[in-house]
Amino acid sequence: MSEKLFSLLSGIIFGVGLVISGMTNPEKVIGFLSITHNWDASLIFVMGGAILVFAPFFYLMKNKDTSSLGFKINLPQMKGLDKKVLIGSSLFGVGWGLVGLCPGPAVSSIALFEPITLIFLSAMFVGILISKYV
Amino acid sequence: MYNLTPYSALSGGIIIGFSVVLYFYTTGRLAGISGIFANALTSKTNRTSNLLFLLGLVIGPLGYFFVSSEPVKFEITNSYILIIIAGFLVGLGTHMGGGCTSGHGICGISRFSFRSIVATITFILTGVITIFILQQFGIYL
Repeated sequence: MSEKLFSLLSGIIFGVGLVISGMTNPEKVIGFLSITHNWDASLIFVMGGAILVFAPFFYLMKNKDTSSLGFKINLPQMKGLDKKVLIGSSLFGVGWGLVGLCPGPAVSSIALFEPITLIFLSAMFVGILISKYV
Repeated sequence: MYNLTPYSALSGGIIIGFSVVLYFYTTGRLAGISGIFANALTSKTNRTSNLLFLLGLVIGPLGYFFVSSEPVKFEITNSYILIIIAGFLVGLGTHMGGGCTSGHGICGISRFSFRSIVATITFILTGVITIFILQQFGIYL
Protein backbone atom coordinates (compact mmCIF):
# COMPACT_ATOMS: atom_id res chain seq x y z
CA MET A 1 0.00 0.00 0.00
CA SER A 2 2.60 2.54 1.04
CA GLU A 3 4.55 1.80 -2.13
CA LYS A 4 1.56 3.03 -4.12
CA LEU A 5 1.20 6.07 -1.87
CA PHE A 6 4.86 6.98 -2.37
CA SER A 7 4.54 6.51 -6.14
CA LEU A 8 1.67 9.00 -6.15
CA LEU A 9 3.59 11.39 -3.88
CA SER A 10 6.73 11.16 -6.03
CA GLY A 11 4.65 11.93 -9.11
CA ILE A 12 3.05 14.95 -7.42
CA ILE A 13 6.45 16.35 -6.36
CA PHE A 14 7.90 15.68 -9.83
CA GLY A 15 4.97 17.48 -11.46
CA VAL A 16 5.30 20.52 -9.17
CA GLY A 17 9.03 20.64 -9.93
CA LEU A 18 8.32 20.52 -13.66
CA VAL A 19 5.90 23.44 -13.51
CA ILE A 20 8.16 25.57 -11.29
CA SER A 21 11.12 24.84 -13.58
CA GLY A 22 9.13 26.17 -16.54
CA MET A 23 9.72 22.98 -18.54
CA THR A 24 5.99 22.30 -18.98
CA ASN A 25 6.10 25.15 -21.48
CA PRO A 26 7.33 23.73 -24.82
CA GLU A 27 8.63 27.18 -25.75
CA LYS A 28 11.29 26.91 -22.99
CA VAL A 29 12.51 23.58 -24.38
CA ILE A 30 12.60 24.95 -27.93
CA GLY A 31 14.62 27.88 -26.54
CA PHE A 32 17.16 25.47 -25.07
CA LEU A 33 17.56 23.55 -28.32
CA SER A 34 17.79 26.76 -30.34
CA ILE A 35 21.49 27.38 -29.76
CA THR A 36 21.99 29.72 -32.71
CA HIS A 37 19.00 31.97 -32.03
CA ASN A 38 18.00 33.43 -28.60
CA TRP A 39 19.46 30.48 -26.70
CA ASP A 40 17.77 29.79 -23.34
CA ALA A 41 20.03 27.69 -21.10
CA SER A 42 17.40 27.19 -18.36
CA LEU A 43 17.07 23.44 -19.03
CA ILE A 44 20.69 22.94 -17.94
CA PHE A 45 19.77 24.40 -14.53
CA VAL A 46 16.79 22.04 -14.26
CA MET A 47 18.80 18.91 -15.07
CA GLY A 48 21.73 20.18 -13.03
CA GLY A 49 19.56 20.83 -9.97
CA ALA A 50 18.00 17.37 -10.14
CA ILE A 51 21.37 15.65 -10.66
CA LEU A 52 22.88 17.66 -7.78
CA VAL A 53 20.26 16.13 -5.47
CA PHE A 54 20.06 12.57 -6.81
CA ALA A 55 23.74 11.84 -7.61
CA PRO A 56 25.06 12.01 -3.99
CA PHE A 57 22.00 10.12 -2.75
CA PHE A 58 22.48 7.38 -5.32
CA TYR A 59 26.14 7.12 -4.34
CA LEU A 60 25.12 6.57 -0.71
CA MET A 61 22.59 3.88 -1.64
CA LYS A 62 24.83 2.23 -4.20
CA ASN A 63 25.61 -0.89 -2.24
CA LYS A 64 22.09 -1.52 -0.98
CA ASP A 65 20.06 -4.41 -2.40
CA THR A 66 16.65 -3.33 -1.19
CA SER A 67 14.74 -0.07 -0.84
CA SER A 68 13.47 1.29 2.48
CA LEU A 69 10.16 -0.51 1.89
CA GLY A 70 11.98 -3.78 1.17
CA PHE A 71 11.74 -3.79 -2.63
CA LYS A 72 14.61 -5.05 -4.73
CA ILE A 73 16.70 -2.17 -6.12
CA ASN A 74 15.94 -2.20 -9.82
CA LEU A 75 18.66 -0.78 -12.07
CA PRO A 76 18.99 -1.00 -15.86
CA GLN A 77 20.97 -4.06 -16.85
CA MET A 78 21.99 -2.63 -20.20
CA LYS A 79 25.49 -1.21 -20.20
CA GLY A 80 27.72 0.12 -22.93
CA LEU A 81 26.43 1.24 -26.29
CA ASP A 82 24.45 -0.44 -29.04
CA LYS A 83 22.45 0.51 -32.11
CA LYS A 84 19.19 0.56 -30.15
CA VAL A 85 20.18 3.28 -27.68
CA LEU A 86 21.85 5.40 -30.37
CA ILE A 87 19.03 5.19 -32.95
CA GLY A 88 16.31 5.41 -30.28
CA SER A 89 17.81 8.48 -28.61
CA SER A 90 18.37 10.12 -32.01
CA LEU A 91 14.69 9.64 -32.94
CA PHE A 92 13.57 10.86 -29.52
CA GLY A 93 15.66 14.03 -29.97
CA VAL A 94 14.03 14.76 -33.34
CA GLY A 95 10.53 14.35 -31.84
CA TRP A 96 11.51 16.43 -28.81
CA GLY A 97 12.80 19.21 -31.04
CA LEU A 98 9.77 19.22 -33.35
CA VAL A 99 7.36 20.52 -30.69
CA GLY A 100 9.34 20.83 -27.44
CA LEU A 101 7.59 18.08 -25.49
CA CYS A 102 9.17 15.08 -23.74
CA PRO A 103 7.18 12.45 -21.81
CA GLY A 104 7.12 14.15 -18.36
CA PRO A 105 5.88 17.58 -19.44
CA ALA A 106 3.53 15.91 -21.96
CA VAL A 107 1.75 14.07 -19.13
CA SER A 108 1.81 17.09 -16.78
CA SER A 109 0.31 19.36 -19.41
CA ILE A 110 -2.96 17.40 -19.11
CA ALA A 111 -3.42 19.63 -16.05
CA LEU A 112 -3.55 22.61 -18.43
CA PHE A 113 -6.56 21.15 -20.26
CA GLU A 114 -4.76 21.47 -23.57
CA PRO A 115 -6.44 18.90 -25.87
CA ILE A 116 -3.45 19.01 -28.21
CA THR A 117 -1.31 17.17 -25.65
CA LEU A 118 -3.77 14.25 -25.66
CA ILE A 119 -3.06 13.87 -29.37
CA PHE A 120 0.67 13.94 -28.59
CA LEU A 121 0.26 11.29 -25.86
CA SER A 122 -1.82 9.05 -28.15
CA ALA A 123 0.82 9.29 -30.88
CA MET A 124 3.45 8.53 -28.24
CA PHE A 125 1.55 5.39 -27.25
CA VAL A 126 1.44 4.25 -30.89
CA GLY A 127 5.20 4.83 -31.11
CA ILE A 128 5.75 2.69 -28.00
CA LEU A 129 3.64 -0.15 -29.44
CA ILE A 130 5.48 -0.03 -32.76
CA SER A 131 8.91 0.00 -31.07
CA LYS A 132 8.24 -3.60 -30.03
CA TYR A 133 8.44 -4.63 -33.67
CA VAL A 134 11.61 -2.68 -34.47
CA MET B 1 20.05 35.04 -23.35
CA TYR B 2 17.25 37.28 -22.17
CA ASN B 3 14.95 34.28 -21.79
CA LEU B 4 17.08 32.61 -19.12
CA THR B 5 15.24 31.88 -15.85
CA PRO B 6 18.02 30.36 -13.73
CA TYR B 7 16.39 30.58 -10.28
CA SER B 8 13.05 29.00 -11.13
CA ALA B 9 14.84 26.43 -13.31
CA LEU B 10 17.25 25.45 -10.54
CA SER B 11 14.56 25.33 -7.82
CA GLY B 12 12.29 23.26 -10.07
CA GLY B 13 15.22 20.96 -10.84
CA ILE B 14 16.02 20.49 -7.16
CA ILE B 15 12.37 19.61 -6.46
CA ILE B 16 12.44 17.07 -9.31
CA GLY B 17 15.65 15.69 -7.76
CA PHE B 18 13.87 15.17 -4.42
CA SER B 19 11.06 13.33 -6.20
CA VAL B 20 13.59 11.01 -7.87
CA VAL B 21 15.24 10.41 -4.47
CA LEU B 22 11.92 9.65 -2.73
CA TYR B 23 10.80 7.28 -5.51
CA PHE B 24 14.12 5.42 -5.56
CA TYR B 25 14.41 5.31 -1.75
CA THR B 26 10.94 3.83 -1.29
CA THR B 27 10.28 1.71 -4.39
CA GLY B 28 13.85 0.92 -5.47
CA ARG B 29 13.01 2.02 -9.02
CA LEU B 30 14.35 4.89 -11.11
CA ALA B 31 11.89 7.65 -12.00
CA GLY B 32 12.15 7.51 -15.78
CA ILE B 33 8.87 8.90 -17.08
CA SER B 34 8.97 7.28 -20.53
CA GLY B 35 9.39 3.89 -18.87
CA ILE B 36 6.68 4.54 -16.29
CA PHE B 37 4.31 5.70 -19.07
CA ALA B 38 5.05 2.70 -21.31
CA ASN B 39 4.80 0.20 -18.44
CA ALA B 40 1.59 1.71 -17.09
CA LEU B 41 -0.05 1.11 -20.49
CA THR B 42 1.56 -2.12 -21.66
CA SER B 43 2.68 -4.11 -18.61
CA LYS B 44 0.83 -5.60 -15.62
CA THR B 45 3.91 -5.28 -13.37
CA ASN B 46 3.47 -2.39 -10.91
CA ARG B 47 0.64 -1.09 -13.06
CA THR B 48 -1.21 0.66 -10.21
CA SER B 49 1.96 2.33 -8.93
CA ASN B 50 2.90 3.50 -12.41
CA LEU B 51 -0.59 4.89 -13.04
CA LEU B 52 -0.50 6.63 -9.65
CA PHE B 53 2.84 8.24 -10.49
CA LEU B 54 1.37 9.55 -13.76
CA LEU B 55 -1.72 10.76 -11.89
CA GLY B 56 0.62 12.62 -9.52
CA LEU B 57 2.31 14.26 -12.50
CA VAL B 58 -1.07 15.80 -13.33
CA ILE B 59 -2.30 16.47 -9.75
CA GLY B 60 0.96 18.25 -8.79
CA PRO B 61 0.67 20.99 -11.40
CA LEU B 62 -3.12 21.25 -10.82
CA GLY B 63 -2.51 21.91 -7.12
CA TYR B 64 0.24 24.34 -7.94
CA PHE B 65 -2.02 26.32 -10.29
CA PHE B 66 -4.64 26.38 -7.56
CA VAL B 67 -2.38 28.04 -4.99
CA SER B 68 -0.15 30.07 -7.31
CA SER B 69 -1.24 33.40 -8.70
CA GLU B 70 1.27 33.30 -11.52
CA PRO B 71 -0.16 32.73 -15.00
CA VAL B 72 0.91 29.47 -16.59
CA LYS B 73 2.51 29.68 -19.97
CA PHE B 74 1.97 26.93 -22.49
CA GLU B 75 3.13 27.86 -25.95
CA ILE B 76 3.09 25.06 -28.51
CA THR B 77 2.81 24.72 -32.27
CA ASN B 78 -0.73 24.55 -33.62
CA SER B 79 0.25 22.09 -36.34
CA TYR B 80 -1.47 18.76 -35.68
CA ILE B 81 0.79 17.01 -38.20
CA LEU B 82 3.87 18.17 -36.29
CA ILE B 83 2.33 17.08 -32.96
CA ILE B 84 1.48 13.60 -34.26
CA ILE B 85 4.90 13.02 -35.84
CA ALA B 86 6.65 14.36 -32.72
CA GLY B 87 4.60 12.24 -30.31
CA PHE B 88 5.20 9.14 -32.43
CA LEU B 89 8.96 9.72 -32.55
CA VAL B 90 9.14 10.45 -28.80
CA GLY B 91 7.29 7.19 -28.01
CA LEU B 92 9.26 5.09 -30.47
CA GLY B 93 12.61 6.70 -29.64
CA THR B 94 12.38 6.63 -25.86
CA HIS B 95 11.15 3.05 -25.81
CA MET B 96 13.89 1.92 -28.19
CA GLY B 97 16.57 3.94 -26.42
CA GLY B 98 15.38 2.93 -22.96
CA GLY B 99 14.83 6.39 -21.54
CA CYS B 100 14.07 10.07 -21.93
CA THR B 101 15.11 13.34 -20.31
CA SER B 102 14.38 11.95 -16.84
CA GLY B 103 15.54 8.33 -17.19
CA HIS B 104 18.74 8.98 -19.12
CA GLY B 105 19.20 12.70 -18.47
CA ILE B 106 18.60 12.90 -14.72
CA CYS B 107 18.77 9.34 -13.33
CA GLY B 108 21.40 8.04 -15.76
CA ILE B 109 23.82 10.95 -15.46
CA SER B 110 23.44 10.85 -11.65
CA ARG B 111 24.54 7.20 -11.76
CA PHE B 112 27.45 8.08 -14.06
CA SER B 113 26.07 5.59 -16.60
CA PHE B 114 28.09 5.85 -19.82
CA ARG B 115 25.13 4.60 -21.84
CA SER B 116 22.87 7.33 -20.45
CA ILE B 117 25.44 10.09 -20.86
CA VAL B 118 25.85 9.19 -24.55
CA ALA B 119 22.05 8.87 -24.93
CA THR B 120 21.53 12.35 -23.43
CA ILE B 121 24.18 13.95 -25.65
CA THR B 122 22.59 12.18 -28.64
CA PHE B 123 19.02 13.38 -28.09
CA ILE B 124 20.11 16.93 -27.29
CA LEU B 125 22.22 16.92 -30.46
CA THR B 126 19.44 15.66 -32.76
CA GLY B 127 17.03 18.07 -31.03
CA VAL B 128 19.37 20.97 -31.76
CA ILE B 129 19.75 19.88 -35.38
CA THR B 130 15.94 19.55 -35.73
CA ILE B 131 15.37 23.08 -34.41
CA PHE B 132 18.13 24.42 -36.65
CA ILE B 133 16.52 22.88 -39.74
CA LEU B 134 13.02 24.10 -38.75
CA GLN B 135 14.42 27.61 -38.30
CA GLN B 136 15.72 27.55 -41.86
CA PHE B 137 12.06 27.24 -42.87
CA GLY B 138 11.08 30.14 -40.62
CA ILE B 139 9.64 27.99 -37.80
CA TYR B 140 10.57 28.74 -34.15
CA LEU B 141 12.45 31.93 -34.89
